[in-house]
Amino acid sequence: MCASPYYRMQLMMCAGTGCIASGSLDVKAALEKELEKRNLQDEVQIIMTGCNGFCAMGPLVVVYPDGIFYNQVKPEHAPLIVEEHVLKGRLVEKLLFKEEATKSRVPLMKDIDFFGLQRLIVLRNRGLIDAESIDEYIARDGYAGLAKCLNEMTPEQVIEEVKKSGLRGRGGGGFPTGLKWEECRRYDSFPKYTICNGDEGDPGAFMDRSVMEGDPHSVLEGMAISGYAIGAEQGYIYVRAEYPLAIQRLEKAIADARDYGLLGKNILDSGFNFDIGIAPGAGAFVCGESTALMYSIEGKRGMPRIKPPRSAEAGLWNQPTNLNNVETFANLNPIMLNGGDWFASIGTEGSKGTKVFALTGAINNVGLVEVPMGTSLKTLIFDIGGGIPKKRKFKAAQIGGPSGGCIPNGMEEVEIDYESLQGVGAMMGSGGVVVMDDMTCMVDTAKFFTNFSVDESCGKCTPCREGLKTMFDKLTDICEGRGQEGDVEFLIELGNHVNDTSHCGLGKSAANPVLSTIRYFRNEYDAHIRDKHCPALVCPDLIDFVVLEDKCKMCGACFKGCPSNAIVWEKKKVAWIDREKCTKCRTCIQNCKFAAIR
Amino acid sequence: MPKISIEDLKKIKEQQLNKMSVRAGHHRAKITVHMGTCGIAAGARDIMTLFRDKIAEKDISDIILTNSGCAGLCAKEPMITVELEGSAPVKYVTLDKAKAERVFDEHVMGGKVVEDYALAIGSETMAT
Repeated sequence: MCASPYYRMQLMMCAGTGCIASGSLDVKAALEKELEKRNLQDEVQIIMTGCNGFCAMGPLVVVYPDGIFYNQVKPEHAPLIVEEHVLKGRLVEKLLFKEEATKSRVPLMKDIDFFGLQRLIVLRNRGLIDAESIDEYIARDGYAGLAKCLNEMTPEQVIEEVKKSGLRGRGGGGFPTGLKWEECRRYDSFPKYTICNGDEGDPGAFMDRSVMEGDPHSVLEGMAISGYAIGAEQGYIYVRAEYPLAIQRLEKAIADARDYGLLGKNILDSGFNFDIGIAPGAGAFVCGESTALMYSIEGKRGMPRIKPPRSAEAGLWNQPTNLNNVETFANLNPIMLNGGDWFASIGTEGSKGTKVFALTGAINNVGLVEVPMGTSLKTLIFDIGGGIPKKRKFKAAQIGGPSGGCIPNGMEEVEIDYESLQGVGAMMGSGGVVVMDDMTCMVDTAKFFTNFSVDESCGKCTPCREGLKTMFDKLTDICEGRGQEGDVEFLIELGNHVNDTSHCGLGKSAANPVLSTIRYFRNEYDAHIRDKHCPALVCPDLIDFVVLEDKCKMCGACFKGCPSNAIVWEKKKVAWIDREKCTKCRTCIQNCKFAAIR
Repeated sequence: MPKISIEDLKKIKEQQLNKMSVRAGHHRAKITVHMGTCGIAAGARDIMTLFRDKIAEKDISDIILTNSGCAGLCAKEPMITVELEGSAPVKYVTLDKAKAERVFDEHVMGGKVVEDYALAIGSETMAT
């Protein structure tokens, strides 16, 4: 026998946070046990990959050769997969993906719309490599981009190539990356630093986490390239402490890269020295702001400061510092290898390349997707995202988290790029897309995001600290039936004021959820204020649930689901609701198949 | 002293790609071992193991070794199908380890069909 066994089959087991939460480690253990039972452990290999993206369907297993995609795999399915597929080469029909529209099973990953319509640059290695193996990263051209920079290009040429690519900051601001580097290179004060912003704080966003967990070396390589370009020898990754798996995988990746000398002194015999440290954050949203983030690394309280001076001139420890987002760094290896022109050929006039989005909320295919800039919101939500569950109607999508705005039904043709999103009152943000159906109250949504910003405001400047609190109180009044004429005008005036006069990016955009919901859903605000009614039946003080007698089919689904025994029902009789006991939790509305409760 | 050079980086890439070849879309040859209950009973596992050892021994990366269910001709198991890129698939029947080894050396590696054990050239057509 030879030293390295030949594996005729590889099972790519998703080990992203989503799939681990839904039990992929148990599935792995069950598969291993089953393989050993049949003495197949030297024939078939299980590989733990980073997030595959199709989180809604986890745990996921992709079988190579062929690329057969199994979803919602449970430990008890392991004997079936091993006996049928691994041993006898027959597909396990019931674990294949089921297309909602056609009800047919789709065996090949590439034939599933969710995957087929995406274009992967940042997520190029997702599901294809072992997230903890530097060799597998290298096999997929990893560190070849850095090698090319060090071997064939001057730092100026690297910056020129990035400028040519048109790459803009993926953290949300959209500042051209090449210009940022150029400015930082100009200052000749040493040491300089390059920092990766992994403080992904938007509710519903998990793009950066997936990249750090699934392909950590792509971030390290991008940082090393930026270090070479600006003249820095030290980098830091600022990552949320809430991302333990990301920290663990990054730590391993850094250790492996140091072993190979891809971090450290004289990298690839080029004379370039560069190393990276990890700085875990403590969970403050404001620390995603560049200056607050740098204070936090220094061990000080994370609060933004007045700019200028910009970080490029005086950042971390007052030295020239470059800060980019995780996704920005992950774009650099392909840009260096394929050239800036290649990257610039993808996307729209002003926004080049692709963007990763985290689809969450009322959408069938919750998950992580990467599409070219300029893709329409409609394609994103309906073709890739699979539309809205339970045949409900699309109402709006909140893009850009607590700093973004909503895009309502009827405007889903909008193309996703930095400018067109701003044009409709939303923003790119880091890429969180929260989809809302017709059961969502927009005033309540605005209240939720404002509450988030109130909690996360650092308190340094008055408009953000006091203004947002006042707005939140006003929204609470409206939702609880104390709204008055003029409240909406007050919210618009105060919101504009907060946006105009706040100190940092957080405050300057914190009123956006309120302003954009007023812009598109003014009628809902008016219904709350004038009619004391919540049209989406969400705000408990403004609704009373009743059973519509003519629609009730007497099935009892509401009765069986009610957690507070507030529904009175007998066979063949119309149900009714005991107001005293009803907590307005909406379980009955969700359970009723005939829309007989409102 | 640098720990690895650009040359080493390329070497690691080559070696690792070999180990990941199962995941690539393109292959020069594909061997399918028919492994229904009948095939396994007749010794298909041994033939599978033989191919695996041979592929590992020679460190070949452009061959894909896979399995499928019963081919319907249970009396003539163990069976395999060999497909070389650009040629029609060939089915071999009633194999044992020695015969399989000859098929591997002469057909898969040498490109010449071993007519002694071949059942037929081509595959059955699918009803649509």
